[in-house]
Amino acid sequence: MRPRRATYRKATDVGVKALSLLASLVGIFFLGWILFEVARRGLGAIDWQFFTQNPAPPGVEGGGLSSAIVGTLLITALATLIGVPLGVMAGVYLAEFGKQNRLGSSVRFAVNTMMGVPSILVGLFIYAIFVLPFGHFSGYAGAMSLAVIMIPVVARTTEDMLGLVPDALRESALALGAPRWRVTVSVVFRSAKSGMLTGILLAVARVSGETAPLLFTALNSPYWPSSLAEPTSNLTVTIFNYAMSPYADWQQAAWGASLLIMASVLGLTVFARVALKEKKG
Amino acid sequence: MTDTAASSAPGGVRPPKSEPRPMVDGRRRRLGDPIFRLVAAACACAVLVMMIGLILELVVNAYPAIREFGLGFLVSDAWNPVRSDFGALSSMYGTVVSTVIAMALAVPVSVVIALFLVELAHPTLAKVVGGAIQLLAAVPSIIFGMWGLFVFAPFMADNVQPVLGDYLGFLPLFQGPPMGIGMLTAGIILALMILPFVTAVMRDVFEMVPAVVKEAAHGMGSTTWEVTRKVTVRYGAVGLVGAVFLGLGRAVGETMAVTFVIGNSHRVSASLFSAGNSIASTLANEFTEASEPLYLSALVYLGLVLMVMTLVIQVGAQVWLRRIKKTLGGSS
Repeated sequence: MRPRRATYRKATDVGVKALSLLASLVGIFFLGWILFEVARRGLGAIDWQFFTQNPAPPGVEGGGLSSAIVGTLLITALATLIGVPLGVMAGVYLAEFGKQNRLGSSVRFAVNTMMGVPSILVGLFIYAIFVLPFGHFSGYAGAMSLAVIMIPVVARTTEDMLGLVPDALRESALALGAPRWRVTVSVVFRSAKSGMLTGILLAVARVSGETAPLLFTALNSPYWPSSLAEPTSNLTVTIFNYAMSPYADWQQAAWGASLLIMASVLGLTVFARVALKEKKG
Repeated sequence: MTDTAASSAPGGVRPPKSEPRPMVDGRRRRLGDPIFRLVAAACACAVLVMMIGLILELVVNAYPAIREFGLGFLVSDAWNPVRSDFGALSSMYGTVVSTVIAMALAVPVSVVIALFLVELAHPTLAKVVGGAIQLLAAVPSIIFGMWGLFVFAPFMADNVQPVLGDYLGFLPLFQGPPMGIGMLTAGIILALMILPFVTAVMRDVFEMVPAVVKEAAHGMGSTTWEVTRKVTVRYGAVGLVGAVFLGLGRAVGETMAVTFVIGNSHRVSASLFSAGNSIASTLANEFTEASEPLYLSALVYLGLVLMVMTLVIQVGAQVWLRRIKKTLGGSS
C-alpha cells in the first residue's frame, strides 16, 4: 500500500463520519418534516363533522368523510379476512411441507416475485378478472386486490416465523402421537404466535394505506357504502381525487384524510413492532 | 403367569378399556393430515396461480394493442387518444429517469447511514435512528404524494431549482422554468421512499462482516473509513448489489407519490425540471378515463412493459441472493 500522511487519512475519516451523521439526520429530518406538515394541515380539517357526515360538494359548508372511513374499514377488513388465512396456509405449506420439493420452491419464487409486483399492476389484474366481467367497479374487487397484495407478505412472514421454531419441538409433539395438523396448529403456531401476529399487523397496516390498487377496483363514491357490490367510498382514493381538485375545501379535507390514514398506519406499525421485541427491524 | 400379568397390568389392562379411542384418533389422523396438507398446498398453489394469472391477464388484455402497434410501441413517443395512436417511450423514459435519480441519491446515502448505524453510533442511538428511518418505510405512498405536491414541490420551485438553474444551468438537465413538479422532484421523493429499504439491507450486510476481520484491519492502524471501504464494503459487495436490486424494484413501480409530483405530460424532455410521466403514473391517471378499447389495451400494454421490468429485476435479485447464500454459506 502506498503510504499516506496520517493527518490526511484522519481528516478523511472525520469527514466521512460527519457525512454519515449528516445523512442520518437528513433522513430523520424528512420524516419529521412530513409528519409535521401532515399533522399541521390535517388537524385543521378534523372536527366532529369529519367523522359523522358524508362528503359535501365543493363550496358547501360542513360535510365530512364518514362514508370513506367506513368504506376503507370494510374493504380492509374483508381483505384481511381473505388474505390472512390464505397467506398463513401458504406459509405453512412452505415451512412444513414444501422445504425441499419442486412445488415448494416454485411457490417460494412466486411469493418473492408477487411481493415485488407494483400494487398498481395488481389493480390492473383485479380489474381484468373482477371488474370487466361484471361490468362495474365494486368494493369486493377493491378488497380482492388488497388481499392479493397481502397474501404473499403474510405467506413470507409465516414461513420465516415457522422456520424459527426448532424441529425438536415438532418431533416431540409427533412422538406424543399428535397428528401433523395438530402439531402445526397447537404447537408450532403457538410458539411462533407473536412473530406471525406482527407480520399480519404490518401487512394490514400496509394495505390500509394503499391507493393504487383501489383506483380501478373499488373506485370511489360520495355515498354511504351500503353494499360492497358497487363502487365504494374509501379514504385513499378520496385523498387522490380531492388533492387533484381545484377546490380549497376539498384539499383541506384531503389533508384531514391524510392525517387519519397516516396516524392509523404508523400507529399500527409501531404497535406491531413494539408489541414484539424479538423481531429485528 | 400371575407375575407376568401383574407386571404388564399398567400397559396390558388399559388398551382394551379405551379401545374405541385409538381407532377414532387413528381415523381422524388418517383423514386430518392429508386434508391439512391439501389445504396448505392449495393455498400455496393459489399464490402461483395469482402470479401466472396476473401475467396472462396482462398479455391477453394488451393483445389488441400489441397487434396494432407491435414492438414499435416501445420506441414511439406518440400518445394521442383522439387519433388512437399510442407509444410507450415517454412513460418508459420517465420511469427510467426517475428511478435513476432515486437510485443515485438513495444508494450512497443509505451506505453512509448504514455505516453510521453499525460502526459509529452508540447502540441505543443506532436503535432510535434506525427505527426512525424504518418508520419512513411505513408512510403510505399517498402521504408522500400529498406532502410532495403541496409542500415539497413549492419548496423545490422557490429554493432548490433556481439555485441549480443558476449554477448548473449550462447543462441541459437543469434548464427550463422552475415549476417545482417534474422529474427531479419525483426522483428525490422516490429516493426518500426507497431509502429505508436499501438502508435496512446495507445494515444487515455490514453486520454480517465478522468482527475479527474488521478488528484485524483496525489493528493494522486503519481508520474507521478505511476499514469500511477496504474491508466491509468488499466483504459485503454481493449483499450491496442485492440492496440495489431491492431499491430498483421498489422505485420502478411506485405509483401514487410519483403521480402527484411528476406533472403528467407525455413528453420526452432532457430537462429534469420539466413535467413528465412514468408508466405507473400514466396508468393511475388515465385508466379510468379510457373509453376506447384500444386506449385501454394500450394502457394494459404499458402495464405489461412495467411487469416485464419488474420480473427482470425480481428474478435478477433472487438469482443473485441465491448466489450469495452459496458463496457465504461456503466461506463463513
